[in-house]
Amino acid sequence: MLILTCPYCGIDADETELAAGGQAHIKRETVGASDDAFEEYMFMRENPKGVHFERWRHANGCGKWFHAARCTMTLEVFGTYEAQTYEPPAEIRAAISAKRPGWSWGSFS
Amino acid sequence: MSNAVSALQGVSYDGYVKVTEQGLRGMITLRGDLASAKLKTAVSKLSGVKVPAVNACAFKGAYGVAWMSPDELLILCPYDAAEAGVAQLSKALKGQHFLAANVSDARAVFQIEGAQVREVLAKLAPVDLSEGAFQLGQLRRTRIAQAPAAFWLKDAGTAEVICFRSQADYVFELFKRAAMPGAEVGVF
Amino acid sequence: MSTRLSRGGRLIDRSKSVGFDFNGRRLKGFAGDTLASALLGNDQMLVGRSFKYHRPRGIVAAGPEEPNALMNLGKDGHFEPNARATTTELFDGLTATSQNHWPSLEMDVGVVNNYAARFMPAGFYYKTFIHPRAAWKHLFEPFIRKAAGLGKAPKGRDADTYEHFYLFADLLIVGGGVAGLQAAKAAGEAGLSVVLLEQSAQWGGRAPVDGAVIDGADADVWIKDAVQALENMKNVTLRLRCMGAGVYDHGYALGYERVTDHLAPSTLPRHRLWRIRAKQIITATGALERPLSFAGNDIPGVMLAASLRDYLVNYGVSAGDRTVVVTNNDDAYRTALALKEAGLEVPLILDARPAGGGALMEACIAQGIRVETGKGISSVKGGKRVESVTICAQAGEGAPLEEVKCDAVAMSGGWSPVVHLWSHCGGKLIWDDAQAHFKPDHARPPLGADGEGFVSVVGAANGELSTGDCLSDAHQRAQTVIKALGATPKRKAAATAAEEPMAPMAAVWKMPQGAGYKLRSKTWLDYQNDVKVSDVQLAAQEGFESVEHTKRYTTLGMATDQGKLSNINGLAILADSLNDEIPKVGTTTFRPPYHPISMGSIAGEASRELFQPVDKTPLHGWGEDNGAEWEPVGHWRRAYCYKRNGESTEEAVNREVKAVRDSLGLLDASTLGKIIVKGPDAGKFLDMMYTNMMSNLKPGKCRYGLMCSENGFLSDDGVVARLDADTWLCHTTTGGASRIHAHMEEWLQTEWWDWKVYTANVTEQYAQIAVVGPNARKVLEKLGGMDVSKEALGFMEWAEGQIGGFDARVFRISFSGELSYEIAVPASQGRAFWDALHTAGEEFNVTAYGTECLHILRAEKGFIMIGDETDGTVIPQDLGLHWALSKKKDDYLGKRAQQRDHMTDPRRWKLVGLETVDGSVIPDGAYAVAEGTNENGQRETQGRVTSTYYSANLERGIAMGLVLNGPDRMGEVISFPLLDGSDVKAKIVDPVFYDKDGEKQNV
Repeated sequence: MLILTCPYCGIDADETELAAGGQAHIKRETVGASDDAFEEYMFMRENPKGVHFERWRHANGCGKWFHAARCTMTLEVFGTYEAQTYEPPAEIRAAISAKRPGWSWGSFS
Repeated sequence: MSNAVSALQGVSYDGYVKVTEQGLRGMITLRGDLASAKLKTAVSKLSGVKVPAVNACAFKGAYGVAWMSPDELLILCPYDAAEAGVAQLSKALKGQHFLAANVSDARAVFQIEGAQVREVLAKLAPVDLSEGAFQLGQLRRTRIAQAPAAFWLKDAGTAEVICFRSQADYVFELFKRAAMPGAEVGVF
Repeated sequence: MSTRLSRGGRLIDRSKSVGFDFNGRRLKGFAGDTLASALLGNDQMLVGRSFKYHRPRGIVAAGPEEPNALMNLGKDGHFEPNARATTTELFDGLTATSQNHWPSLEMDVGVVNNYAARFMPAGFYYKTFIHPRAAWKHLFEPFIRKAAGLGKAPKGRDADTYEHFYLFADLLIVGGGVAGLQAAKAAGEAGLSVVLLEQSAQWGGRAPVDGAVIDGADADVWIKDAVQALENMKNVTLRLRCMGAGVYDHGYALGYERVTDHLAPSTLPRHRLWRIRAKQIITATGALERPLSFAGNDIPGVMLAASLRDYLVNYGVSAGDRTVVVTNNDDAYRTALALKEAGLEVPLILDARPAGGGALMEACIAQGIRVETGKGISSVKGGKRVESVTICAQAGEGAPLEEVKCDAVAMSGGWSPVVHLWSHCGGKLIWDDAQAHFKPDHARPPLGADGEGFVSVVGAANGELSTGDCLSDAHQRAQTVIKALGATPKRKAAATAAEEPMAPMAAVWKMPQGAGYKLRSKTWLDYQNDVKVSDVQLAAQEGFESVEHTKRYTTLGMATDQGKLSNINGLAILADSLNDEIPKVGTTTFRPPYHPISMGSIAGEASRELFQPVDKTPLHGWGEDNGAEWEPVGHWRRAYCYKRNGESTEEAVNREVKAVRDSLGLLDASTLGKIIVKGPDAGKFLDMMYTNMMSNLKPGKCRYGLMCSENGFLSDDGVVARLDADTWLCHTTTGGASRIHAHMEEWLQTEWWDWKVYTANVTEQYAQIAVVGPNARKVLEKLGGMDVSKEALGFMEWAEGQIGGFDARVFRISFSGELSYEIAVPASQGRAFWDALHTAGEEFNVTAYGTECLHILRAEKGFIMIGDETDGTVIPQDLGLHWALSKKKDDYLGKRAQQRDHMTDPRRWKLVGLETVDGSVIPDGAYAVAEGTNENGQRETQGRVTSTYYSANLERGIAMGLVLNGPDRMGEVISFPLLDGSDVKAKIVDPVFYDKDGEKQNV
């Protein structure tokens, strides 16, 4: 049972107040995209043992979507941040680097 | 409007806290840029209350304003004043990007009254209700068992809880069971 | 015999007699007794039969580790099987029956298994019941089912209630023995918010029974003072009868409070599940004594030495008059001394250690007790009761040296720390060779959200077995935790305890060391699942080298006690058989809960009428009063139909269908989702959400829209009305409101966050009533108010005004093919408006209709229903809804997916109407078969039924379905096999069965 801090309202939300939304930082592909690119967008997901970026919604709360950087092995949370970004903010990346030197995920490191 | 009735028409239960459905309450959902001067003025003009900080709520007489999300407020007012309130906001915010809607009929309001109000809430909501953590002037959106809800303290011994109108029965029965005399936890 | 002594018993109140019922016998105990102590006090040593061999079993322990004394408790709605007598507090009127025997506890037929034990070794079932296959179903399974399982399943519904309680604290301490109390004092004084849980009904744990002296006084005195001090601290919450059941991620822990188990049944919550979030957790859960493995160690009267002492000291109950003590450590000598002090006989102490014990041994010798070192028990004699023990040299193979008469045996194989909670969330263990046990490795703790350890273990649970060490360990580790929580420790030093120094224990896994097969096959490891030393050895021999495999193969530790007594002994035997070291073999995984908790407590308040929220519309009450047959749609309850005077469901539905088509029907449509979408970019946004174009909808107009998921499949539909230049009102399906609102918000917040759009879910603000039928306009005109004429309010238009004095928004839309108005009024006036429509509609035979009638009316018109025609694999193109797919738009959610080759495959099944040849109703979901078989030898299919009804208007069955090349096969007859072997033939037709030109709705 996780606790994640909603970056919008600052509430340390219980997992039962949250809705999980799968992997974060997926770039939308649409009309005009190749079959392969669309398949990648629609179906292919990271499944790391370690650092991961996820989407969560503070569903029983302020209703906002946010991102969490989390270790899938230890459930350590490196930070949460607002969803209106295409990549993890620098301070989140630094927090991960401090704990997991040399990490990489997708095109981020 | 004489034929307007609230979900449970004022039903109440005397347990180790008293649970009462509060009848009709005016409520306006206002979405917009909470930092804009125009919105701030419009809200305080309507309610007599300043736009509250994150997770906060403030009241003045029959009016109140609660922070619901970074771009949403809930304005409480007399039931009969809600439509006019929406009109007033709409006029004041004309030209801005906003949404104001009367949601008075979409909700039910309960009052939970008694010295152990905190622990009765703590039976149903995954929230730290200790005095240090949850204080007067705060509003918490969360769940009451499986129902989305929000609550705040009116005073040290009274809380108000808002939920969806359709779930009023469910929420009332939950509080009734939680407030059963003899089921006191005795923590707060 | 076991009996109640004339004096002693620190926990019982001899002035208060308590009556209870055991196997139909009326017995008496005292207030403060457990069921186990009261049974022993009544010489009820035999308490059950073992699981596999039906051997007689007696009480072994005094706490939750008890494997044998499992009871059926209570009756009717308060019945509970597999309750431990040792953790059941006695109350007046308690009813218990023992388990696992027939016809009676004393005379049991299943005991024949015992004599066949030789033929039922580990893996017996796996090996035996394989061949012949047919025998499994008719012979083996019924037999095993009858023999399997512990206790009886309750028959009725649970009459008790349960609740949850959410608590947040800086520090949770589990275990209210002296270590837990010491840690709580330190943390409480440092000002932290502390919760201290104790599973039993008393504080202090074992210290008072062991005669500990703390800070110069009896342990009881120190405990009382400590509890008093803690009770005076506002920041400390204390709870008895509340077990720390499990530790989970991010400081989540469960406390299982047995609120009324010690009282007669009442309406109060029976159990309360504390859902605790703690920043740090200290477990002070003590240690469990291990049995010794000698032949006959399961005969009633053989008990754990410390437990035997518990009964004596706490309840004034003796297990026997002559007790032989057998041990590999010093603690068991305390039992001998306690027995002596109570005036009972201890004919012999057998100490497996060649050099014996320390000061406590000397004290026993001084009392005149015979002590034999380097000796053990080769076997215990007795059936339902210990009669004697045979002594042997521990180092040998069990050659009998002497037989000693006795009626009880107190055994101690050393102590295992209770590391369960530490391990639940990933804390690792290390092997302590000197104590022969696993204990927490504090260097590898469970990790919390910050990546740091959040659990500490103190006292006996940390392998500190003396009272003094317990106290100082608890104090020191508490200091560390206090500092980790950012507070300052106030207390300088731990309490101190004076005690005799102990001689080292010695690991003894088999008694005697060289026991032969005959002895080993009568030496029990797991009492509850009847696993013997020989079974584990056989498993090892057969190649089950992993401890997890051995566990499952032999069922060692898989009973309701989860191997509290047996695990370490079992894996030591396994290690020995594999010629490996114990830490290399390792332990099985500790999983929560520590001790079984009730299913009711997990559900909490969510049972019976509160199982799930039931959403009720403003018109729900009218339905209750008017024969509504409810059906759940999402969380909503909608009327399936409204039954009048003794009608059947079918009759009611048919009446409603006719009434709407003939005159006037009213439908409670309040459950339809209503979402306001507003802003400069709202049109652009809705063009992405819907497959249709919504941006060009004119204010005052309505348009039916389809929503697809990003992978192309239909997810929702509904009518969209444009309210003004930048505001739209989107209707969703019943039950779709929250989902679609969340879906819109997701795209707005996470993809197009720069678009200026706000949404609001106003579903419940309105009661919405569909006024439907040829007389719909007339009834509205009769009520008076706004102009609802064809000219003023055309089909697919909406208007605001008043009807009969009610503020209303009227949508001229139709899901039935009839002249139809959907009218939204404020929810609080919904019932009044509904009543007004009924009064005005009386002359038109106004008829409230339910969802089944709604479905039939729409099916007669060939309108699709989300959830019937769609199932998450259906795209609009399958349903012939091409007209709703805008060609002008570059993009909408699902558009790209609908271009994938599987989606454009011409062989996708397409929507058609189905008309049975004989007029009957095809069963829902029936498949149409085709010629040939597929690669799995199954009959090929060519379509399936998605909606099927009896139409009272057409007086025949009608259906819709998805059929291969369906639209090109009009008039063809296909066949739907039924379960009984017959089949139904149906003609492929146009899905619109009624009023094909739509004349009725456009009047």
